[in-house]
Amino acid sequence: MSRIAARFESLKGSRGALVTYLQAYDPDPATSLAILRGLPGAGADILEIGMPFTDPMADGPSIQLSAQRALKAGATLSRVLALVRDFRAEDATTPVVLMGYYNPILTYGIARFCTEAASSGVDGLIIVDVPPEEADEIEPDARAHGLDLIRLVAPTTDDARLPRVLAATSGFVYYVAILGITGTKSATRESLTAEIPRIRAHTDLPLVIGFGIRTPAQAAEAASIGDGAAVGTALVDVLAGSLDEQGRAKPDTVRKVLDAVRALAEEIRR
Amino acid sequence: MNEIPNSFRQGPDSRGRFGQFGGRFVAETLMPLILEVEAAYESSKTDQAFQDEWRRLLTDYVGRPSPLWFAERVTAHVRKTAAPGKGAKIYFKRDELNHTGAHKINAVLGQILLAKKMGKTRIIAETGAGQHGVATATACALFDLPCTVFMGATDVERQQPNVFRMKLLGAEVRPVTAGAGTLKDAMNEALRYWVANVTDTYYCIGTVAGPHPYPMMVRDFQSVIGEETRVQMQAAEGRLPDALVAAIGGGSNAMGLFYPFLDDSSVEMFGVEAAGRGLDTHEHAASLSKGRPGVLHGNRMYLLQDDDGQVQEAHSISAGLDYPGVGPEHSWLHEIGRVQYVSATDDDALDAFQLCSRLEGIIPALEPAHALAATLRLAADMDADKIIVMNMCGRGDKDIFTVAKLLGERL
Repeated sequence: MSRIAARFESLKGSRGALVTYLQAYDPDPATSLAILRGLPGAGADILEIGMPFTDPMADGPSIQLSAQRALKAGATLSRVLALVRDFRAEDATTPVVLMGYYNPILTYGIARFCTEAASSGVDGLIIVDVPPEEADEIEPDARAHGLDLIRLVAPTTDDARLPRVLAATSGFVYYVAILGITGTKSATRESLTAEIPRIRAHTDLPLVIGFGIRTPAQAAEAASIGDGAAVGTALVDVLAGSLDEQGRAKPDTVRKVLDAVRALAEEIRR
Repeated sequence: MNEIPNSFRQGPDSRGRFGQFGGRFVAETLMPLILEVEAAYESSKTDQAFQDEWRRLLTDYVGRPSPLWFAERVTAHVRKTAAPGKGAKIYFKRDELNHTGAHKINAVLGQILLAKKMGKTRIIAETGAGQHGVATATACALFDLPCTVFMGATDVERQQPNVFRMKLLGAEVRPVTAGAGTLKDAMNEALRYWVANVTDTYYCIGTVAGPHPYPMMVRDFQSVIGEETRVQMQAAEGRLPDALVAAIGGGSNAMGLFYPFLDDSSVEMFGVEAAGRGLDTHEHAASLSKGRPGVLHGNRMYLLQDDDGQVQEAHSISAGLDYPGVGPEHSWLHEIGRVQYVSATDDDALDAFQLCSRLEGIIPALEPAHALAATLRLAADMDADKIIVMNMCGRGDKDIFTVAKLLGERL
């Protein structure tokens, strides 16, 4: 069983999963690794790690700036994979999902990327700008290396389209709770209680709700309606707020981010 | 490597690909809408009322057909220094005479009619030089649609006259400060806005790039340029031209001129990229000469990028060419060798800008000034009985402040 499947299996019947998103190398490699290592202890169940890109089309200002800090700190795809290896050396069970955009992967080479991601301890991929229509370029390599290809399902994904999107999904389904980019709107209970059953009717995979989950209360609500809640921008904002004027980490940066994760985790476990 | 097809005019395939280029690399939220645009566009092709209305607007509102002008004095200028018997005849396809001053309006009117057909009530657009923004704002004024134009903050600075025009026309101009504040960033921001407003908003893309069906659709609408040229050249010279030349940013004016001639093997074609401060520097916008295939803004295309696949900033004196990518059909035509892609620097363009003003009484936009710089070189190497058509795709009114500053003139 994959780490992702095992994690959802272990949570089944008790509570939803807390999925955290932070971008690799934000604001520097050492701080980034320290945060990653602290996340499971702070209550994160699944780690999404952003792969920095110059033109993050689906991301709001917070994550755009995060990508700029990370790139300035020297982030490359091979360094992101090295970061995952360092994390994996001390944690064999927490699922790691890489999230990002297609072009850096294309440059790296799809086969090489999938091979090295798997051997580095990555469990799944979310490639935002590769919809099912274009996924045949990466599916065979991802599958061959046991990497889950996690797909986004949006409010605009209608019933006619859902089967096609879900057919090629594994690991879990990432439900984009808002019409919009990351960190710009909040998901509402009404829309989630209407949409989640609609998607469940088409799949047995766990459903993680993201884009628009900010506060501990929202996370707890989403995790109870779906099988997990993904929080990104809110954590990136805490990180950004902890930096000095030059954008460097301060001594309490790691603690502040992990405290925010703890607050989310506590509410989900309540 | 690449097979030569029977026709160069069959693309894209059902996946929106020209060879390996094109496609629909967008987030899931946009995907259903992209498919809706494609279906609406396909049905518009056989919708006679739609086609009639577009043609009526082109004739009565835009002022088409635009003239085909024999640039006699520019031709004579080339012949003065060319080898004996050399110096091809140069014609300008005068799309700078269109209402709003550039070719952009051709595809904008088509797309606004499409938006209405789809029941969309708001229009967004990205713009570099401001020509596409002005064209979109114009059409939105005419059709009483609210319009928001995303424009890089750097471009807002260097294209003030067009910013003011858009405001006069009732559009909202949103300066984009992300990145270098140029066309790439404006397009990112327009796409982000679209994701948040998919239900009522139509994104009017200005060039032959973006997710399928945009590269095909914008090309089809712009092909009116090449279709007219064909007829006008028959009337003027009784034959096809020997070479076509057009500037390339994203590539819409070039695609519009080239497409109707792609299967005429006697017609050579030259796309002119902006070489900025030189191809040996990092400050240029020559995606085909210096880039490699990559994915940005919903399609696979030639892209200026670093060794890690991070997109690089382009540079050109011309805001309309300042884009690190180039449309997928150009990328494909480059790979199969049907079109030659050359370049002209900032300085080349500045020289051609002044030359054209003095010799022809036509102040070109900085974009076609690049095409003219390349045309002058090409013509000098071609026999005097050969004919070149260059697309004068925009007028230079918007650029006089930029050029005056560069020439040290105070306005």
